[in-house]
Amino acid sequence: MIGAAAALYLLAHGRVLGASGIIGGLVDGSGRGNASERLWFLAGLILVPALLSWAFGPVATHASSNVALLVLAGLLVGVGTRLANGCTSGHGVCGMSRFSLRGFVATAFYILGGGLALVLGRHILGVL
Amino acid sequence: MLRALLAMAAGGLFGAGLLVSGMVDTQKVQGWLDVFGAWDPTLAFVMAGAVLPMIPVWRLARRRQRSLLELPMPEPFPTLVDRNLVLGSLLFGAGWGIAGFCPGPSLAAISFGGWQVWVFVAAMLAGMALTPRLRGRLDQLDETATA
Repeated sequence: MIGAAAALYLLAHGRVLGASGIIGGLVDGSGRGNASERLWFLAGLILVPALLSWAFGPVATHASSNVALLVLAGLLVGVGTRLANGCTSGHGVCGMSRFSLRGFVATAFYILGGGLALVLGRHILGVL
Repeated sequence: MLRALLAMAAGGLFGAGLLVSGMVDTQKVQGWLDVFGAWDPTLAFVMAGAVLPMIPVWRLARRRQRSLLELPMPEPFPTLVDRNLVLGSLLFGAGWGIAGFCPGPSLAAISFGGWQVWVFVAAMLAGMALTPRLRGRLDQLDETATA
């Protein structure tokens, strides 16, 4: 389904499905030219899971309730994805499938970053 | 109209996929990112399941001058592997590991995931808003380093 979504967005709209880019372009104004397309995409991304969780019951996210960790993580994800120009969908799915070196390098480094965060947060500090 | 509907369909398919694949479950994601600990490889299949069908789609896309909706196809992509790509990805990965949410799943989960998701998303949007300024500062540092 994730692949089908990326295929649809690429073939119909001529756009790379990258979640951080679609949101980020609205936040910093760089995506003003096609803002309504971005908003419709985000509407689907929010509403369809809302309908599914209403119909079949919500999926457990097991999210942390530690506000400091949530804020730190959100800031890192926001800054990191915009600095790198992509996240799991843009660099991972869309980048690697066209054999982009940037896609592979980004994926290797965000998995490394995640691995290091878990080493420090889970295995050393025990907070995750 | 069709453009809006299809954009919503793409977002909806993406959201449904993130939901059923377990990408909105932070425990599962952290298990997958715990590559130096008790690694749970199952999400690699989700990644492969999205990457593999996209390979022939890119072949199709490259042959087209215009999209099916008569919109321009993507411009040539940057190819430079630079500091911002590596540093940004490391920071993003660290945040992803700490909370277990990356951008797509955090929005997919915002309707049912509770206040925790709202806090994460608010911080993520703030980080995105701050990045152009941070980028400028990094460029300045580069200039002073090479001057």
